[in-house]
Amino acid sequence: MNVSLTGMWQLFPSASEWAPRMDILFMGLLGVSLLVAFAVAVCIVVFGIRYRRGSSANRTPGDGSTMPIEIVWTTVPLAIFVALFVWAAVLYFKMARPPGDSVEVHVVAKQWMWKIQHPGGRREINELHVPMGRPVVLVMISQDVIHSFYVPAFRVKQDVLPGRYTRQWFIPSRIGSYHLFCAEYCGTDHSRMIGTVTVMHPAEYARWQETGDVGTSMAAVGRGLFMSRGCSGCHSSRSAIAAPLLDGIYGKPVALSDGGTVIADEGYIRDSILLPNKHITAGYSPVMPTFQGQLGEEEITQLIAYIRSLTFKPETSP
Amino acid sequence: MSSFVLQAAPQAETPEPDYLTEGRTVGSWLFTTDHKRVGILYMLTITLFFVIGGMAATLMRIELATPAGDLMSSPAYNKLFTIHGVIMVWFFLIPSIPNVLGNFLIPLMIGARDVAFPRLNIASWYIFVFGGTFALYAILSGGVDTGWTFYTPYSSTYANGHVIAMAVGILIGGFSSIATGLNFIVTIHKMRAPGMTWFRLPLFIWAMYTTSLILVLATPVLAITLILVCLERAFGVGIFDPTLGGDPLLFQHLFWFYSHPAVYIMILPGMGVVSELIACFARKRIFGYRFVAFASVAIAVFGFLVWGHHMFVSSQSVYAGMIFSILSFLVSIPSAIKVFNWTATLYKGSIRFDTPMMYALGFIGLFTVGGLTGLFLASLAMDVHLTDTYFIIAHFHYIMVGGMVMAYLGGLHFWWPKMSGRRYPEVLARLSALIIFLGFNLTFFPQFVLGVMGMPRRYHTYPEEFQLLNVLSSAGASILAVGYVLPLCYLLWSLRHGKRAEPNPWGATGLEWTMPSPPPRDNFASIPRVTEVPYAYNAQAAETEIRSEEAIHV
Repeated sequence: MNVSLTGMWQLFPSASEWAPRMDILFMGLLGVSLLVAFAVAVCIVVFGIRYRRGSSANRTPGDGSTMPIEIVWTTVPLAIFVALFVWAAVLYFKMARPPGDSVEVHVVAKQWMWKIQHPGGRREINELHVPMGRPVVLVMISQDVIHSFYVPAFRVKQDVLPGRYTRQWFIPSRIGSYHLFCAEYCGTDHSRMIGTVTVMHPAEYARWQETGDVGTSMAAVGRGLFMSRGCSGCHSSRSAIAAPLLDGIYGKPVALSDGGTVIADEGYIRDSILLPNKHITAGYSPVMPTFQGQLGEEEITQLIAYIRSLTFKPETSP
Repeated sequence: MSSFVLQAAPQAETPEPDYLTEGRTVGSWLFTTDHKRVGILYMLTITLFFVIGGMAATLMRIELATPAGDLMSSPAYNKLFTIHGVIMVWFFLIPSIPNVLGNFLIPLMIGARDVAFPRLNIASWYIFVFGGTFALYAILSGGVDTGWTFYTPYSSTYANGHVIAMAVGILIGGFSSIATGLNFIVTIHKMRAPGMTWFRLPLFIWAMYTTSLILVLATPVLAITLILVCLERAFGVGIFDPTLGGDPLLFQHLFWFYSHPAVYIMILPGMGVVSELIACFARKRIFGYRFVAFASVAIAVFGFLVWGHHMFVSSQSVYAGMIFSILSFLVSIPSAIKVFNWTATLYKGSIRFDTPMMYALGFIGLFTVGGLTGLFLASLAMDVHLTDTYFIIAHFHYIMVGGMVMAYLGGLHFWWPKMSGRRYPEVLARLSALIIFLGFNLTFFPQFVLGVMGMPRRYHTYPEEFQLLNVLSSAGASILAVGYVLPLCYLLWSLRHGKRAEPNPWGATGLEWTMPSPPPRDNFASIPRVTEVPYAYNAQAAETEIRSEEAIHV
């Protein structure tokens, strides 16, 4: 009995700090639902038996208005529903706000695989290794159609869109391997776009990052691209062409020629590479060529990692 | 042969021809403008589509009995769930109660001789058949694998298959919806019999009226959306695909702006039917008539404001998500009010458990489960885990199949004597209702659990730990299939062999029961004058009647 119960429980693994909170919310919703369903079912069964045709029950119509009961069964559910809304909304709000000190992992989705890049340079396909107890934020983009990064054991899911970065974050809380599913239908092999998320001890995770298929760090790869693809030809203090210097730009507001400002986040930098005329920096002319079709999503994230790494090094000259 | 003609001649004089016998040629059906015949034409057509959609579901459930993809390839599976969704939503559910029962009953119930625009009515059927033909062409010529939701940029850029043909089929079918909705709105406004005030209307009419409003207001948005998908797919106009400068989420906003109200197109008519059935078989005036009526209006209005709850994990703004979440909770209130009022109607009633009542009670139970699980999905954080899993599949099948299809079958049984002039075999019918109820729950309840475990929808293959529940679901589906085949058989059988029906076999109130079964071509010899409230049932009087009958027999 005990064995089968734990066996059952293992069907609903819980491996992130969201999971228990989500499960309590689930139980709350389930409790309200069972209460309502039970009340309706009992009424139907009791009335069905008591007032079946030919029974001797008293059928004298009641006098008085039905208004009070209508008001009661309108306002009581309303109050309960508003409470449920607030409960779920607060949790959702927290899930949408990654903390600053997170381990950042980059995810590129494509038909039909997950390509993962760790900042240190380690890459994986259809596998994700994360440290237990530390906040992990996934920065995700799709190379083709919409996918959705879903780890049931973490109770997290976030659509992965083409042309736009989306994020999700969680704190892994239990060592083990868990399913990773694509949850948004993405074509022929949608059901095979699955993988494994492995939660490791932080120390083991640190070792894991140093071993195996370790390339150079994302920023270093990005630095190489920055030079080989010609970015450095203009975005440099020694350049003859006037292009904005990118040192320290990441995360800062950028004044635009149309009078607006925009925060230089991943999305902005990605747009500036692929759609250079979308946002023209104030004081510069729109001369940058587009790199659309010349850079893959992974290369773009590497370039962004490099530009980000320039933040605290004001005098870097590539 | 000649003696048969001779014999038939004197008989023809005695009974006045009803709408079924006033013309027996194929032409008399194809060129009819009689709302009752149009209803029957729709019934035949959507039954065909139900069979097609049902066969697709059957194949899927067989495939899903094992984790591996051993019966068919992934492309074949993906096409099957697209066929199932497209056919069931647009060519069965949306036209089911409105176009079959609505066409047949609206003029009868409000005391009119036909709908406002009889020729537009038959035209809408032709448009529907034309759209359906396009969809069938798309299926037969190789199929579509986008799912019924046609999410971009998959549908507009990446998918193979006949997306445009399918979209055009749905687009054309949409015009049939608009024509029908318009017709019903005008009919209900302008053609009510003298004395048939708004608050004397049967609740079925309120349901049809609000459904028609949604049909007319929402369907054009679907048309626009599908045209935009076709433009991007055919000509590379950048609307949804970001590599062309488009926005993939724009599609979801447009699609759900139509499709969420469309969910209410697929349940409001069922609620209308159930109100009729509960009142009749409990012999009670519906509890809180005005609340139930206005709940339909509230659902129709709020239904337009909740589309974003399909997009909580799409990267929609957190604040937009909150607005859509609270509005989704609010829209559930009128549905809850309806369930409570139906339940309260049973109180102090004189309840009979004929087949239609069994369907109605089944509807209340299954709709309640469907509605309550909707609360899980309206809850922002909970939806993150449950959306796009089998929990969603189970939830909307409880509403669409457990709700709408049960109501459709209940209504079909209730008005079958009126439509066909025949009685169906009651015991067999009750048995089928029971089989459908059990088969339905066995099919779809395990899917809730699968969803909580995290099994995503639209998966051709799946990890092994999901197998047990999938086997249960497939077993349930086979029981459900038996439950659906039975009514098809005995209703057909009853057309020839069923007992002839009296004008009012259920002792129901309502103008449709005042005329012979089946009704004559022009419904009312003289337009009735309505002087009383709807559902003028009296449980006490019904009981007294039973007692006096028993006394006579003793």
